[in-house]
Amino acid sequence: MSFETAYSGIGRLDSLSYRETVVHRLDPRAKVVATMLFAVVVVSFPKYEVLALLPFFLFPVLIAALGDIPAGFIAKKVAAVSPFAVFVGIFNPLFDPSTVAIAPGFPVSAGWISFASILVKFALTISAALLLIATTSFPGICRGLRRLGIPAVFVSQLLFLYRYLFVLMEEAMRVVRARDMRSFGTRGTGVRVLVRIVGTLFLRTVERAERIYGAMLARGFRGEAPSMRREALRPSDALFLLAAGGFFALCRFVPVPQAIGRLVRELAG
Amino acid sequence: MSHHLLEFKDVRYRYPDGTEALKGISFLITHGESVGIVGANGAGKSTLLLHMNGHLLPTSGFVTIGEVPLRKETRPEIRRKVGVVFQNPDDQLFMPTVFDDVAFGPLNLGLPPDRVRERVHEALRQVGALALADKPPHHLSGGEKSAVAIATVIAMKPDILVMDEPAASLDPKSRRAVIGLLNTFAHSKIVASHDLDLILDVCARCLVIRDGAIVADGPAPEILSDATLLAGNNLELPLTLQGRPARA
Repeated sequence: MSFETAYSGIGRLDSLSYRETVVHRLDPRAKVVATMLFAVVVVSFPKYEVLALLPFFLFPVLIAALGDIPAGFIAKKVAAVSPFAVFVGIFNPLFDPSTVAIAPGFPVSAGWISFASILVKFALTISAALLLIATTSFPGICRGLRRLGIPAVFVSQLLFLYRYLFVLMEEAMRVVRARDMRSFGTRGTGVRVLVRIVGTLFLRTVERAERIYGAMLARGFRGEAPSMRREALRPSDALFLLAAGGFFALCRFVPVPQAIGRLVRELAG
Repeated sequence: MSHHLLEFKDVRYRYPDGTEALKGISFLITHGESVGIVGANGAGKSTLLLHMNGHLLPTSGFVTIGEVPLRKETRPEIRRKVGVVFQNPDDQLFMPTVFDDVAFGPLNLGLPPDRVRERVHEALRQVGALALADKPPHHLSGGEKSAVAIATVIAMKPDILVMDEPAASLDPKSRRAVIGLLNTFAHSKIVASHDLDLILDVCARCLVIRDGAIVADGPAPEILSDATLLAGNNLELPLTLQGRPARA
């Protein structure tokens, strides 16, 4: 993946967050809490669990559908970061060779099952996090975190990260373009040049940070970026949280796939 | 109205690395004056501007704004009186949305939310950027960023407006818009720029700085038509005064 496509991907995630849908209109706090709850519940499953995790896909799918977020885009983003999860789990089949039968006469090593469990948990949590950003906007999330009691220092850091990520990436893109224009073949594109580029960008960032801080002081900054939005939680937010929490609890404590299987068998029989 | 005075008295400034950037600067700017500051690259313009709201403190000499002498303790008060628009709008606009950014200063002044909202609307209307209120700064064009950067400062209602290259890297139409905007302000204005036509359009008075000292101070039309003085400072006549011969 080239630098420029990575950049436009983040830009797209950002522009999706300015849509107006039922999901976008929910209070950031409700969405942040629901997403965190979702991640905790998903991760809390034991390491050989795969089947019981599947109903959880309903949450990201529903959010994407109601929030008018293209599922393919989110899937691509999840795939792009999946190597991390693959590396975490890839050796499980080797280290955990005891066999279990997933279907009569079809034995696999337990390691494969825990590997699959890791991948499913990963896909669930990452897609939920991406959807949170795509439906809430980064500043919205920060506002939500602040009002949930996260200290102002951390929230300001996140806000600046968001604001200057684009500036820094554009700067990096210009430098990389300038390098490519004057490097022929593989000359000039090696690691040593890259290291120096990163160094230059770092120094420029430090200088910019100083200028920004100057601009903040010039406008009376005293440690906390003030915000004047005071949105109150509405009934719809409470309803959303209740529904999401109920769904998570149901899927966590009731073996839903088996229940569906039994139901189908009874109906058929 | 003596409280809009800005006075520099024999101000010297030495950077920590030993470079003496200002070597005894003295001038007095009175209420409602518009003053251009010109000079070669590295002459000390930016260092001078950084003294006007106490970002830097003089190594020796005095800066007085209104009746308030610039000292470490008086900086918050000085910053309420002097609004500085920095050169790069990306440094000036640090909040996630235009509205939040313009509200930043007034909120820090401790104004109640209704008053802040009023100020933000007023400032954005003045620079013609009301429609941009909910946009994030990285979605704005260069001209829009400059306009919003000016709005962030005028929302604090400073007595004195200080600007460093307000129209650098703007297209001609946006530049013209900024010039028109500056001319609508009744504030005392101090503008540092290499854009001498802009200085000529906006400022009645002009200071020329060379090597950290003032080498000329007078009416802008007079100074900016002195070709020899300008050439000695890496400058040239404003384009409008160059009178190009018609091509044959």
